[in-house]
Amino acid sequence: MKTGPVAYARYTGVFVGLAVVMFLLVVWNINSGSVHIPVRDIAKIIFFREGEGESDALHTAFNIIWKLRMPRMITSAVLGGALALAGFLLQTYFGNPIAGPFVLGISAGSKLFVAVMMIIVLNYVKSVSSLMMVAAAFAGALISMGFVLLAARSIRQMSMLLVAGIMISYICTAVTEFIITFAKDADIVNLHNWSRGSFSGMDWDDVLISTVIVMVTFVIVFLLAKPISAYQMGESYAQSMGVNVKTFRVVLIMLSSFLAGTVTAFAGPISFVGIAVPHIVKLLLNTAKPIVVIPASFMGGAVFCMLCDYIARVAFAPTELSISTVTAIFGAPIVIIMLIKKQES
Amino acid sequence: MAGYYFKTSDLAVGYNGNTLIHDINIGIEKGEILSLIGPNGAGKSTILKSITKHLEMIGGDALIADASVKHMSFRDLAKKVSVVLTERIKGELMTCYDVVATGRYPYTGSLGILSEEDREKVYEAMARVHAEELAGRDFHSISDGQRQRVLLARAICQEPEIIVLDEPTSFLDIKHKLELLSMLRSMSKEKGITVIMSLHEIDLAQKISDKVMCVSGDVISNFGTPDEIFKEEIITKLYGMEKGSYNIAFGSVEMPKPEGEAKTFVISSCGNGISVFRRLQKEDRPFYAGIIYENDVDFHVAKYLAEEVVSVPAFTVTTEEHFERAAVLMDKCDEVICAGYPNGAKILERLEEKARKDGKLR
Repeated sequence: MKTGPVAYARYTGVFVGLAVVMFLLVVWNINSGSVHIPVRDIAKIIFFREGEGESDALHTAFNIIWKLRMPRMITSAVLGGALALAGFLLQTYFGNPIAGPFVLGISAGSKLFVAVMMIIVLNYVKSVSSLMMVAAAFAGALISMGFVLLAARSIRQMSMLLVAGIMISYICTAVTEFIITFAKDADIVNLHNWSRGSFSGMDWDDVLISTVIVMVTFVIVFLLAKPISAYQMGESYAQSMGVNVKTFRVVLIMLSSFLAGTVTAFAGPISFVGIAVPHIVKLLLNTAKPIVVIPASFMGGAVFCMLCDYIARVAFAPTELSISTVTAIFGAPIVIIMLIKKQES
Repeated sequence: MAGYYFKTSDLAVGYNGNTLIHDINIGIEKGEILSLIGPNGAGKSTILKSITKHLEMIGGDALIADASVKHMSFRDLAKKVSVVLTERIKGELMTCYDVVATGRYPYTGSLGILSEEDREKVYEAMARVHAEELAGRDFHSISDGQRQRVLLARAICQEPEIIVLDEPTSFLDIKHKLELLSMLRSMSKEKGITVIMSLHEIDLAQKISDKVMCVSGDVISNFGTPDEIFKEEIITKLYGMEKGSYNIAFGSVEMPKPEGEAKTFVISSCGNGISVFRRLQKEDRPFYAGIIYENDVDFHVAKYLAEEVVSVPAFTVTTEEHFERAAVLMDKCDEVICAGYPNGAKILERLEEKARKDGKLR
């Protein structure tokens, strides 16, 4: 038990730290944007719901806070957590630290299916619900995942797996662009922002649906911490510990595709969160134990995306950056450092 | 085969539905050590992986205390069988303690949190393999010998009835090989844990095993106690050794004897000759040796390396006939090496004297 108490203190420290940062980012996010709203007004709006009535002096501010900033912030947190979790699951599955939904082309696959849904299917049905979008994104995620798995089966090298993923990503993106090019202008107004990744335009329905989906999945993943820990040792050892590896593989693929698909359905493809966050979290915790890494990755992903979204909104306000622009700036160097380190060892 | 603790019945193993070895019928008692020996690629790992269910059995079954492995769930199997594999452990940022603790997996609750009892068992297992001081070390930074000990501790704290090890001694130096095998030995005898493993070192297999299985070809050619298996003809056939030979007395292999006409005669006794024989073999010089008693250690090397050995059955008297034969051989030679013999060995003194007279003594 030499390492015991030290490790627990460290875990506690990381979780408390993440919670504090999360709190600060919540305050910061609500407090900033292209329209300046004084802190006192924000407090009144949030805690006393002042400005709800149309005649109220704070009505515009109320709408900005409740209809724009809050839903956006919550979805960025929830979906950011989901992305980090998807990344962690994929890294576990492939035994590869730079696996993630974006680099493996899973996000792009989801994007393609959602684009098809929004442009083509909308011509035949009246409206597409969020759940249908999630379903389409999930299907797209699974199909591109299938291609990645085929590639992974024939090539064992870590770098080749990524090349395969990036190629799938390019193909899906090309097809999506093709569809968008020939779509009616009216269809693509929303699509344009979304296809580059963005948390803008979320409403409370989105918040509710995404939160429920992600939270339920999160709980399932957390309850699977034990077999995941066995799987981290490699498939042969996992099986000798009593895990039914064949079934568990399918579970991992389903869960990670579902998480990645859900994020894409709501916010489009977002790069690097899935790789960078679990990596940083493991370094901070100094362990890869799923039972702590799963919740910490979720919180880390939430914090990371809230921060990136804040930068995307505020850095060049009123012009908004796409979220991937920001996540890539922070995430890409981390991935490059990881690759170099891997090469060294 | 009835009554054995672990047995296989008509077991057939292979990859992707192709049978590699069939009709494996062996049985061992509880607490025995079974070694699988045989050439590379013969299927030792395939058999082990089939027993641990890493590979699907193609036919037949393996039985642990009459319970079918084929129909056992992975979870139940995990409580009976633990493994030390050749594969690398993948987990990152794991201390040796963490690695050993994964052995408790089948016994922990649904979130895998270790109880106080689990922790004690982890430390107990680490103590058993003398790896306590490694507990806090990073698993990926320790040496091969330490790693095998940690993996063995992991297998032990899974509290299995059988431990299956795939080539546990590869990459270890001789000290660590002996250390690991003696740990296995004491564990099997004290705790009654049955050990099934593949080994490359046949000399060690002979010394540690209770039962030995010879794996080569599509059926198990031989299975039995080391006494039954470690015979020159079985071992040379098993490994298909066309060159070199298996030295049964030493339980080790000898290099092939030099070919051609012998031009050197070696006089030796009482082990003095061995280093000379080996040197001549390395220099690829065929030689004769004599006159050696058949219970002399020199004889056990000379008979594999020398062109001809003039030997005398143990506890009989050397005769003039032996001297004559040695003299004939010596006459064919250009040189005679006297490797040394005890004072008073009259017949060897006479041989040396003859060599000196002929001017051949080196």
